[in-house]
Formats: sequence, structure tokens, C-alpha cells
Amino acid sequence: MIKIEHMSKSYGPYPAVIDISFEVLKGEIVGFLGPNGAGKTTTMRVVTGFTPPTHGDVTVGGYDVVSHSLDVRRHIGYLPESVPLYLDMTVTDYLTYMGEIRGMNKSWVKERLPKVIEMVRLGEYRNTLVGRLSKGYRQRTGIAQAILHEPDVLVMDEPTIGIDPIQVVETRELISNLGEEHTMLLSSHILPEVSAICKRVLVINDGRIVADDKPDDLSEKLQHAERIEISVRGAESPAFINAMRDISDVVDARSDQRASIVQRAEREDFSPFIVDARPNVQAAEQIAKTIIENGWGLTNLTPLPMTLEEIFLELTTEENLGE
Amino acid sequence: MRFISVIAIKEIRTYFASPMAYVVSAAFLAITGFFFVASVSDAFAEASIRGYLAGAIFFMIFMSPALTMRLLAEEQKLGTLELLLTSPLREFEIVFGKFIAAFVTTFVMIVLSLYFVIVLFVYGDPDIGPLLSGLLGLSLYAAATLAVGLFASSLSSNQIVGLVVGSGILTALTIIDFVSERLTGVVSEVLDAFQLGASFSVFDLDSFGVAEGGHFADFARGIISLTDIAYYSSITAVFLLLTVLVLEARRWR
Repeated sequence: MIKIEHMSKSYGPYPAVIDISFEVLKGEIVGFLGPNGAGKTTTMRVVTGFTPPTHGDVTVGGYDVVSHSLDVRRHIGYLPESVPLYLDMTVTDYLTYMGEIRGMNKSWVKERLPKVIEMVRLGEYRNTLVGRLSKGYRQRTGIAQAILHEPDVLVMDEPTIGIDPIQVVETRELISNLGEEHTMLLSSHILPEVSAICKRVLVINDGRIVADDKPDDLSEKLQHAERIEISVRGAESPAFINAMRDISDVVDARSDQRASIVQRAEREDFSPFIVDARPNVQAAEQIAKTIIENGWGLTNLTPLPMTLEEIFLELTTEENLGE
Repeated sequence: MRFISVIAIKEIRTYFASPMAYVVSAAFLAITGFFFVASVSDAFAEASIRGYLAGAIFFMIFMSPALTMRLLAEEQKLGTLELLLTSPLREFEIVFGKFIAAFVTTFVMIVLSLYFVIVLFVYGDPDIGPLLSGLLGLSLYAAATLAVGLFASSLSSNQIVGLVVGSGILTALTIIDFVSERLTGVVSEVLDAFQLGASFSVFDLDSFGVAEGGHFADFARGIISLTDIAYYSSITAVFLLLTVLVLEARRWR
């Protein structure tokens, strides 16, 4: 449904998105993950036809976003990050207006509006001024305007930002349900959200796509560092860390900060460490061998699964780590 | 066309749901009322709406940008412009819809002020020609000033900037004769041709603020001249077009 080929977008001399390519198939829910300023919003604005790409081709439902902008816009429901609403209109008036400027006729709006209001659970607020709604209900109103005209493609920019935790859960549920009938591109800088809702994740950083995978596979595939938890007896921290770093397959080693101070004091001679190694069989073997050779007592060696959050940090702060 | 009317109806409802339309109407009726009363109170005064027209065109220099300042600035401030521009709407439909809303609102005010005309018919025997030409001229004048105001509103997300820029452009077009008087030759003539119609000598009891050389003078006198119609229509068209271009440029930035 959405096809982006070698798309770049610059604001004056500042590149926001650099040569990205990806495709969102019909019925797919794709999460767009990246820190603030990574290029998520820019990409979404290009897809929705708000701003044209500087280079490259972007099509939605087969229509080019530049030459057939109107056709693209007819097929898209869009919730911008700021959740733009007219504060001096009631929920019903606002949604009716949005439906009409999306090209719905009056009878279609009349038939569809109650369903949508029910779907986003805005029933009791249908005649409230939008300006009087709490952030969470404004978000629902924003989602309602995006789905009202039954678009083929839904684009949602940070749909849960700035709302309270209970409403975040509800909003996520709502979005998950919508995903059953829509092709969806959803951006977020919150990882659990993306892994909860999306079947596929695109990680973007500094305007480039750095990963594209299922949330489950992402952790497996992108483990350029396998994380191993190690406890040893009788090892001095610096000596152990240096010994570990000398092993060719080890990327990094450090004391395990997760262990509490009490835990560490109680078991003074058992020092917990975290070692990041390249994902191959020899790494663990090498580590064990080194520990034995140094005369330390190996009490625990457990590979840890990495959370998406860590991968994300890993992916997006790689340069800083390398320095 | 359907989108234009959807937008126009929404904006008209917003005008009348907020205090804006009522406050501006009250001010418009009060100020034009003063001018009307002043112009018909002298002994042997002529039974015409000349005073009313002069007050109206003078006040519109500020009123029109005040009415339009919200129309596009607020869309930018709230971010709703992003929704409008990602809906299957063309820029000119947005601009026309909003312009029509502002014009209808102004027209309602003009209609409300027509009780001056009734007063004239009750107590005097006014000429019908200058009455009709004056109201036609006033409508054209209103359209031109609203188009300038809408253009000013498109420039930023700040309504006050819209008001100041809009009134600034209209004031410049109004006092242009102040400059042209001091020049000679073609430059002077060209500048004169742009005179909007009002005059800041509003308290001059002879002219009541209708500039003698301006495009409104003939309308006030009962003469409908094609040049004047063309002038106001061109100002309207040019500034609406500029507004469309500003919105399109926003997309390409």
C-alpha cells in the first residue's frame, strides 16, 4: 500500500530523511521507531502528501504522492503528532466537518459517525466542546477523525504521546483493534508500544533506516552483541574486565549494575558481570576458558535475551558507544 | 464547489458562535452610525448615505483584517492546516471558502446597517441611484479589504501579525495619495490609480473621508464606473491568488 523508494527530504540545507526505502503491504501494521528528530514525522508528512520528497518516489495505493496528491489524500487517514483539533467545536460538529472535507457526503457521515464514536468510546462527550476534553479524549477525537472516512491507509504520528498511563493502555488497545482492518504506519519513540501493537518494526535514526524486522526477530537478528551474565568468585573487577576485553569475540565487559548493593556486599567474593560478545559459540567457550585459566571460580554463565529497548539504544547510540 | 461551501459554512458558524461577529458588528454599527448622524444633522443636509459609506470604508481598513486575522493564522497555530492540506482539498477551495465566510459575515453587517436607509426614506427623499451604487461599491470594497486581510492571515501563525500586516497594506493603499500629490508625471498617476478610496480626513465635513481621487468617490456619487469595479475586483483576485500561493509554498517548504 505504501511504497517508498530512495526517498530523501531536506529542509533547506538540513537533511531530515536520507535515502530511505521500504514498503508497507496491505493489512500490515508497521511501527516506525526512532528517537525525536530521527525523521519519523517528516516521513509521515511525505506519505500523507503534506510535504513532497526532495528526491525519490513515494506511492500510496499505487498513486504518486506528488503527481496524484489528491488521490493519495483520499485514501489516507492521518493523525498528526500535535492532534490538531478545532477547540471551539463540539466533538460531533468537528468530526462531521472533518468527514465532509475528506469527501464524505452527509448521509455517509450520519451513518458512520455513531459507529466511530462508539468505537473510540466518546459517546458521553459527543456534544462537549473539544476544548473542554482531557488530553486522552482529544486523542480519541483525533483518532476518530482519522478513521471516520474509512481510509485504506492509516498514518498515526506518536498516537500515545502526552496522555496518562491508563489512557495509554486504552489507546493502544484501540489502535491494535484498528490494525485488524487497516494498513497502518504508526510512529513512536516508546518501544513496548511498538512491540505490543506492530507486527513489523522499522527503526530510524538520523534520517536513515537502521533496522526492519519483526519485533521478535529484531532482538535475535540484531544481536551483534550477545549479552552474557557472569558471576565469578575471587576476581578483582578491573582485572576481570581487562581479561574479558582481551578475548577477540568480546565486545564489552562491565560490572553488573543491576545487582543491588546489598546483594554485592553479602556475596563479596561473587562479583556479577555483564559481558557483551559476538553471537557465536566460541565466545562463551572462550570466556569460560579465560576465567578458569585465571584461577577464578565460575559460578554462573547465562546468555540474556536482549529487550527491544536495548536493541534500540544499541542501534541508535552506536556511534556514541564507539567513541 | 462542495468543499468551498463546507468550509464557508463552518467558518460562518464559527464567526457567529464566538463573540467576534457580534463585537465587530456592534463596533461597525456604532461607528457608521456616528458618521451617518453627523452627515445628516446639519441644516439643509442632503438625504444620502454618503456619511455612512465614508465611515464604513474608513472603518473597514481595520475591521476587515480583524475579521480575517483568525482564518488562516489559527489553522497554522492549532496545526489543523496539516489536516486541511492532507485532506483531498485544493488550496483555492480552502482560501475561497474562508473568503466567502468573511464576506458573508461582512455582508450581514451591511444589511443590518440598512436601517439608516429606512431612516432616510422616513424623514427625507433620498436619491435611489447613489444609494444603490454606494452599496454596490461598499460590497466590492469589503471584498477587496477582506482579501487583503486573508492574505495577511496566511503569512504567519500569529493573528496579531495578520491584523497589523493587513491594516498596514490597506492603510498604505489609503494614504498613497499623500505621496502621489508630491510627485509628478507617470509615477504620480500610477500611484493615484491605486488609491483605495477612503481618506484619513474623516472629520472633514465636506468629504467625510471619501478620497476625492480614489476609486470609491464615484460610487458614493452615484456613478458606477467600470474602472472602479475592475480595481476592486483585481485587488480581490490578486490577494486571493497570493494567499493560495502562500499556502502552496508552505507545502513545498
